[in-house]
Amino acid sequence: MTSSKPILEVRNLLKTFGAVVAAKDLCVDVSPGEIVGIIGANGAGKTCFVNMVTGYLAPTSGSIMFEGMQLVGKGPREVTHAGISRSFQVSQVFHTMTVAENLMIALAIAENRGMAALKEMDTPELRDKRDAVLKRYHLEKHRDLTVSVLSQGVRKLLDIAMAVVSKPRILLLDEPTSGISVEEKFDFMDVVMGSLKEDKVTVLFVEHDMEIVERYVSRVLAFYQGEIIADMTPKKALADAKVQEFVIGKRH
Amino acid sequence: MLKDTTSKVVLFGGLALIVLGFFAPNWIVNQFMFGFSRALAILGLMVLWRTGLVSFGHAFYFGLGAYAVAIIDIQLGVSDVFLRLFAGAIVAGLAGFVLGFIMRNYRDIFFAMLNTAVSMVLYGIVVKTESLGSTDGFAISLPTIFGMAPETKYPLFVVITLIAIGAALGVNYYLKSTAGRLTTAIRDNEIRVEYLGYSVARAIHLKYTLSAILAGCAGALMANSLGQVDPDSMINWTVSGELVFVTILSGPGNVIAPFIGSLVFEVLRTYAFELAPQAWQLIVGATFLTVIFFLPGGIWSLIAKLGRNKS
Repeated sequence: MTSSKPILEVRNLLKTFGAVVAAKDLCVDVSPGEIVGIIGANGAGKTCFVNMVTGYLAPTSGSIMFEGMQLVGKGPREVTHAGISRSFQVSQVFHTMTVAENLMIALAIAENRGMAALKEMDTPELRDKRDAVLKRYHLEKHRDLTVSVLSQGVRKLLDIAMAVVSKPRILLLDEPTSGISVEEKFDFMDVVMGSLKEDKVTVLFVEHDMEIVERYVSRVLAFYQGEIIADMTPKKALADAKVQEFVIGKRH
Repeated sequence: MLKDTTSKVVLFGGLALIVLGFFAPNWIVNQFMFGFSRALAILGLMVLWRTGLVSFGHAFYFGLGAYAVAIIDIQLGVSDVFLRLFAGAIVAGLAGFVLGFIMRNYRDIFFAMLNTAVSMVLYGIVVKTESLGSTDGFAISLPTIFGMAPETKYPLFVVITLIAIGAALGVNYYLKSTAGRLTTAIRDNEIRVEYLGYSVARAIHLKYTLSAILAGCAGALMANSLGQVDPDSMINWTVSGELVFVTILSGPGNVIAPFIGSLVFEVLRTYAFELAPQAWQLIVGATFLTVIFFLPGGIWSLIAKLGRNKS
């Protein structure tokens, strides 16, 4: 792919749960600005990979370097501070608050580190930033609605918007389009990917929908039983015999 | 700091009470002293409750505050009300900070009962230790204020009200800060808070220590108001229960709520006791049920509704 120095270097990553091997000797380099699609059947180790990179799971062995910093041994908070954010398969937002309040808290945490967290949160500057994010992610018409009344699609947009307010260099999305209707999915991805490309964020996302993979990614990592069985452009990957057999399955 | 309505009401309402208190009969002044003292503990429990945590053992810190006052009075002859308050706050705050390392790892019923367990250990120790007054407790000398020994209750009432104003303003300010806003957020979704880059454990630890300091202050002021400490009215689990009761009665909506709730509780208990000395708990319990059924947001929700209708 690109020749610039990788932003993320994964080496010999191993994760076992008893006898189950969820990640077997994973080695991946990701260059800045790449949009990487992670595909694979259920249980292939995709989410496990995302969880290890974001500090949610500690690998059994191996190394994850981000801009020269070792991420193994760091928790979610430290990984976030380092510059990696994530969204979740099931959106993780504050369900009793409104969309605007959710974003306000996300922004406040990102901007007010340390003792600044004791300053008043509701400042005009922060409100302006919040309104900008609301606009960018097409959330304005939902701003004063409580999350619990929102559709899954809006929740996922909010989830991603909250993940990017800390200005990460890498964003990992775990199945961004799951739970989103067929009619909405491209509009949704256009909003998300457009905004992320503008910010030059490197994106890795887990996806089951091959239409989405084909349209938005520059590179595909295919997982099967904890291993990466293909690492190539989406066009090649979708035509690859192994990917066809182990990832996409015969139903296609 | 005084931009919002709540701060203004706290400050001017508090000052107005100080003026009115001068003309009020003694028994009313007493109710306010007890009510406002206890309200400090409720203020801390309110912060925890907003975070989704209910402590069923804050009599531990309340008792530590009260007993700190008794011990420095008896051992060292300290009578200054501010020194006594400071001692109560420090002892309870330190204990809260140390225990916070354990408590911050627990949620729900485990958090509630772990606090109860700790408070019952202290209760057991005090009851069994002759030098700590055992079941009888201690009588405490009257507090002095800036070296003067007041002849009436009024000066102590002024001090308590001023401290209450300060505490309410402080907690109100805290709740508007980023750290303070992380109450409902933590209750809603801890994983998201971590992935936003904020330590949930540290946030809970801070809130827990804050609640311990406030409960310690409450205990210290209550000891000064009552002129005595004893394990059954300061450390026993029934005291913890009372604190939770008043927290729910007050509602978590606003920092003024604990003060109103505590006063209502004080009056309610006094009259229930006069009306039915053998069954006053029945009246208190019935009130509790009524609040839970009809005012889940506590007394404060009633006030908030009135405020909304007016505007």
